[in-house]
Amino acid sequence: MLKDKKVVILGDRDGVPGPAIEECVKTAGADVVFSVTECFV
Amino acid sequence: MSFAVVKAASYTLAHTPDFIPFGSTPTTAKARNDQEYFDALKKGLRSFDELVNYPPNQCYIGNITPEQLGEIAQPWYKDAAAAERTGRYGDIMPQVEFYALLKAADAFDLVALTPEFIEQANPALAAHPLLKRYTLDASKGMAAANMHAMLEEHKAEPLNMNGELVGIVKQAHDEDENLSAHIMLENLTVKATGVHAALCLEAQGVDLSEVDYIIECSEEACGDINQRGGGNFAKAIGEMIGCVSATGSDLRGFCAAPAHSLIHAAALVKGGAFKNVLVVAGGAVAKLGMNSREHLAKDMPVLEDSLAGFAFLISENDGVSPIVNTDIIGRLNVGAGSSPQAVTSALVSEPLKAVGRTIPEICRYSVEMQNPEITKPAGAGDVPEANYKMIAALAVKEGQLERAQLMDFVKKHGMQGFALTQGHIPSGVPYLGHGRDAIMNGEINSFMVVGKGSLFLGRMTNLFDGISTVVEKNPGVQGGHGESAGFDKDEARRLVAKAMQDVAARLTESEE
Repeated sequence: MLKDKKVVILGDRDGVPGPAIEECVKTAGADVVFSVTECFV
Repeated sequence: MSFAVVKAASYTLAHTPDFIPFGSTPTTAKARNDQEYFDALKKGLRSFDELVNYPPNQCYIGNITPEQLGEIAQPWYKDAAAAERTGRYGDIMPQVEFYALLKAADAFDLVALTPEFIEQANPALAAHPLLKRYTLDASKGMAAANMHAMLEEHKAEPLNMNGELVGIVKQAHDEDENLSAHIMLENLTVKATGVHAALCLEAQGVDLSEVDYIIECSEEACGDINQRGGGNFAKAIGEMIGCVSATGSDLRGFCAAPAHSLIHAAALVKGGAFKNVLVVAGGAVAKLGMNSREHLAKDMPVLEDSLAGFAFLISENDGVSPIVNTDIIGRLNVGAGSSPQAVTSALVSEPLKAVGRTIPEICRYSVEMQNPEITKPAGAGDVPEANYKMIAALAVKEGQLERAQLMDFVKKHGMQGFALTQGHIPSGVPYLGHGRDAIMNGEINSFMVVGKGSLFLGRMTNLFDGISTVVEKNPGVQGGHGESAGFDKDEARRLVAKAMQDVAARLTESEE
């Protein structure tokens, strides 16, 4: 589903942070164009 | 060396509806001329009584436990039972007292109040058991007309009461933005709310003159153009509350700073450098009304209408109070991974494993204790519950818990979030008071304090931070609280005699 797709990642410090999502989507062949972790509290 | 103990903890709030426009969300709305937001904001404000009666606030100041809070039906902001402004751990002060305290905290004549307001504030100070030591001089008041002139020149920020101007905070320098009126307002707020929290320890019997070190751990920075963030809030607060024997410093680490401070304080005491370390933090102006847009959109009142503070005293082992077991310190090292599993392992399971203990052996976990009624409408979910689920899942993965017991673990080892979304305020330490009491009453044996901080917000690193430790029953307590085992002289004599016998035997052998 994510193969060769450009992906923008918005991670959550108290959920799943950006780098963790990044590692997952890369294994599915996605091209991560932007990744960030934010704090929502 | 003996572990340090948690001697006392205090928690306070200051109702500041007229300060909400200084928050980050309202400031952004102002820049966009969003009048619709401000019209809704005005209608969404709570009265002082509504703030006091709000069950999470009653939990924060110690009148109900987190367990009791969990039994109260939500929404908590509707039809709350009448309650007291003073609790076992602290006090909720109205805006008039807060403004008066802001002036009392002002060492550079930056806060000006109208003579009429001072006349109104002095009786309020005099009636407060802890604030009666401060009296404002009405002869030094400033006329409102002069204040308006300074506001028009952008040399001051307004102090309003129900929209009416009663005072200003002036800039401390003409050109230095680090000493602007807004920064001075934020910093004096930290000082005043920190003072309020620390004084509430005195109400619990703490002699503040015996404090010998102070750590301040909020999220603001005071300093001028040459040393922005130089500090030192700790000594400024200590000066105002009679900590004459103390020195101190500020510790910063975003929301994780209070948990870092707990460990620093415990280490300073355990290492013998200091005997009584006061950890204190004031409130964050920027976070007032932070989620108000979402609350108002859902016809809720503005729940972030107050400033919070806390203080706790870490002292030498008295044989009774719960110890800070610094043999157990979870840490998110620079090289640690950032996946939820890696973070929870580093902060929870690994430090326990290192001392041969398991996750379910710790009775309670005090994590990010944000009030879910504030965070859920804003889309951030129930933060404490998410943390508990992660800890439980890790316990399952490590074979310490059956999968079917996961939600039971959340219920038994977790608790309801009850703290205001003021950054450092909800992180790990809101349970120190309740947890201390629960241990002293024999209801639990231990709890883990877990603090997390979003370092990436400073744009210096993508890392985030976390640190944890365990507070537990003092092994000096035998058969109930209040009874110390003390030093067993007979056992010591036997050990010394045995050692001397061994030495004598070895000497005899070597002579032979």
